[in-house]
Amino acid sequence: MNTNVATTSLHPGPETGSERPNYLNAEYGLKSWLLTRDHKRIALLYLISVSLFFALGSMFAILIRLELLTPQGDLMQADTYNRVFTLHGVIMVFFFLIPAIPAVLGNFLVPLMIGAKDLAFPRINLLSWYIYVLGGIFTLYAMLNGGVDTGWTFYTPFSTSFSNTHVIATAVGVFINGFSSILTGLNFIVTIHRMRAPGMTWFRLPLFIWSHYATSLVMVLGTPVIAITLLMVAGERAFHLGFFDPKLGGDPILFQHMFWFYSHPAVYIMILPSMGVISELVAAFARKRIFGYPVVAFASIAIAVLGFLVWGHHMFVTGQSIYAATVFSVLSMLVAIPSAVIVFNWTATLYEGSISYQTPMLYALGFIGLFTIGGLTGTMVATLGFDVHVHDTYFIVAHFHYVMVGGTIMGYLGGLHYWWPKITGRMYPVFLSRLAALLVFVGFNLTFFPQFILGYMGMPRRYWSYPEEFQVFNILSSAGASILGIGFLLPLFYFFFSLKYGRRSGDNPWGAIGLEWDTTSPPPTENFYTIPVVTRGPYEYTPEEVHDRRKQEDPVA
Amino acid sequence: MPSIAADTHGVAGHAHHHHALQHHFDNLEQQKESSTLGMWIFLVTEIMFFGGLFLAYTIYRTRFVGVFADASHHLNVTMGFANTLVLIASSLTMALSIWAAQINRRKLIVFFLLLTMALGATFLVVKAFEYREKFVHHLVPGPSFNQEQFQHLQHPEQAQVFYSLYFIMTGIHALHMVIGLGVLAWLLFPSWKGRYDAVYHNPLECAGLYWHFVDIVWIFLFPLLYLLGAHVAQGH
Repeated sequence: MNTNVATTSLHPGPETGSERPNYLNAEYGLKSWLLTRDHKRIALLYLISVSLFFALGSMFAILIRLELLTPQGDLMQADTYNRVFTLHGVIMVFFFLIPAIPAVLGNFLVPLMIGAKDLAFPRINLLSWYIYVLGGIFTLYAMLNGGVDTGWTFYTPFSTSFSNTHVIATAVGVFINGFSSILTGLNFIVTIHRMRAPGMTWFRLPLFIWSHYATSLVMVLGTPVIAITLLMVAGERAFHLGFFDPKLGGDPILFQHMFWFYSHPAVYIMILPSMGVISELVAAFARKRIFGYPVVAFASIAIAVLGFLVWGHHMFVTGQSIYAATVFSVLSMLVAIPSAVIVFNWTATLYEGSISYQTPMLYALGFIGLFTIGGLTGTMVATLGFDVHVHDTYFIVAHFHYVMVGGTIMGYLGGLHYWWPKITGRMYPVFLSRLAALLVFVGFNLTFFPQFILGYMGMPRRYWSYPEEFQVFNILSSAGASILGIGFLLPLFYFFFSLKYGRRSGDNPWGAIGLEWDTTSPPPTENFYTIPVVTRGPYEYTPEEVHDRRKQEDPVA
Repeated sequence: MPSIAADTHGVAGHAHHHHALQHHFDNLEQQKESSTLGMWIFLVTEIMFFGGLFLAYTIYRTRFVGVFADASHHLNVTMGFANTLVLIASSLTMALSIWAAQINRRKLIVFFLLLTMALGATFLVVKAFEYREKFVHHLVPGPSFNQEQFQHLQHPEQAQVFYSLYFIMTGIHALHMVIGLGVLAWLLFPSWKGRYDAVYHNPLECAGLYWHFVDIVWIFLFPLLYLLGAHVAQGH
């Protein structure tokens, strides 16, 4: 592979690299990992814990898809099913989708990409991981003691006054976990403001950094609101404080407003970092500068800002004023503008690019496909009349899986495949990884596209049984889920395999541009042997001959 | 074209490393700017956190004007006002402890920190007496809540919403005070050891920012919970 790209290594040294000091062999032993302040090691701690929660959430997805194979409830009954889809949602949303890219790839790459030795607050970074684990323990406790059945949305007054499951333990788990998210966002913002290498101006930042900056804004501004909301839910449930239950004088709709004020922007916590990854991949594998770089950068900020103004579109059927609903509908459609700008700019970058279909690029192209479907159906459900028709049906389920899951997973896996050589210094099997990328794309579409049709036909979400005419599409969906599952298992195995048996990748196997590729793979603990000085933009890919010609014409360059 | 690498850590740079400089920062200035910015962003998250409660308060107050005014009449304005003065004074002593650092007077830092902590503790004690009063008068939401005293109003059950908000808002505020006391206690030892001086006293400054923020929350809580609508209730 890689025959068409030139591999350049800035640091002359033994390519074998086993003796070269790096962050992995700097120290050994469990203590050196659990007490580390190195952002790269913390990223790996997150990688392991996030993967475990992903596996757990996937097990619940398997149970859902097995139950829905047949119209009648034969694997479980309503009560069990309610807990299964709730735990699937809670674990996947709060413990996988939200932390996945920022806490793993962002943690690893933000300092490397801006030429810093570490994040601004290394100890707070480690603390954020422990907070994540603590939140996870609370949620696991709730799960092992019988689970929770409110749906991941914790709607009141069911969650505060009627549900007989472990709402408080779960809410406390999510509450605690939120602080891990806040601290990560805070760390990124300060790091990006204050820790950039000499010459790394704002418009020389890779788009990965811009998108993480936008994500961090959402994390910092949104997460505290869900924290206080869940605290109020726990307070109403435990101490009968009257906030949301009409019996106690409260208003359940206020809960929905406060919940969605965070939980809609939370979707952008999942999708924005993924967009940052895709920008890096598209530029690296089309070997072109990103088309309209500043526009993409500002579009990510615009998505983060607009994301805070659209929460009411989750509440079109709550009896909110028609004027409010109209405003929320229009604002929701506005989000489509920066999103489409970014997609078109990727497409324009691909145009006449020198494209190589390496594994990460397959994920990037897959992302563009899935995000386009997810985004377009997003404008459909932002339309008032249509939303009333499909509200709480599988159309919504399909839509948000395309955007949140399709978006995040493709970016996450694409990013892992792209930076795996940087993280470990090893390469994974090429054929298997391409096969996995294909399986994920095909499996994903087979799982979720039939759900659009189901929803349009009127199948409601959150039911364990359904009329017989829906069975064909449910079987298709379950079949797709099993393909998707194999697509997820393959990387798990070959990534492990590559740690020991993978070919040594060299410092920059993709011939990519970026400060993270200028240092060795795996990088040393301090990231750079000498502090880099940046003299150019982030994606100055030029065909070799043009590059040479420029040199002759302008010897200064 | 590769980036040009340069070593910004000259020999001179190493010679002037301050004892408090962490390894990943270039200099004390960068470290100070980073931690101050981090603290400000943290305070923004705190504003959003309390913001949820202020939102709920605003919505219910505009909806249940009469009940809220009547319910607020049962709060002890004298104690609330005294506590407001105590907190404002504590903000002054907190600022003075930073001033003491700026003029390199380590004992004075410790003195003002202790004074701030004493004022903070006073606030909590007064608050505890106020809470006790509410228990005695059956104004704590829950099964023991005495709705009888609001029966003359249109929706007496909404009085519970007021007291729910009162307890969660002042309760979380008090929790922030306790955390603040912990932070100040944490700073006592290094202050006494002379770690903070005119050049480096950033932990003091960040703790001060936090302390002032918690005071400001109270400055909003006091009029909203105790004073607003007091004249309406008197009209009954």
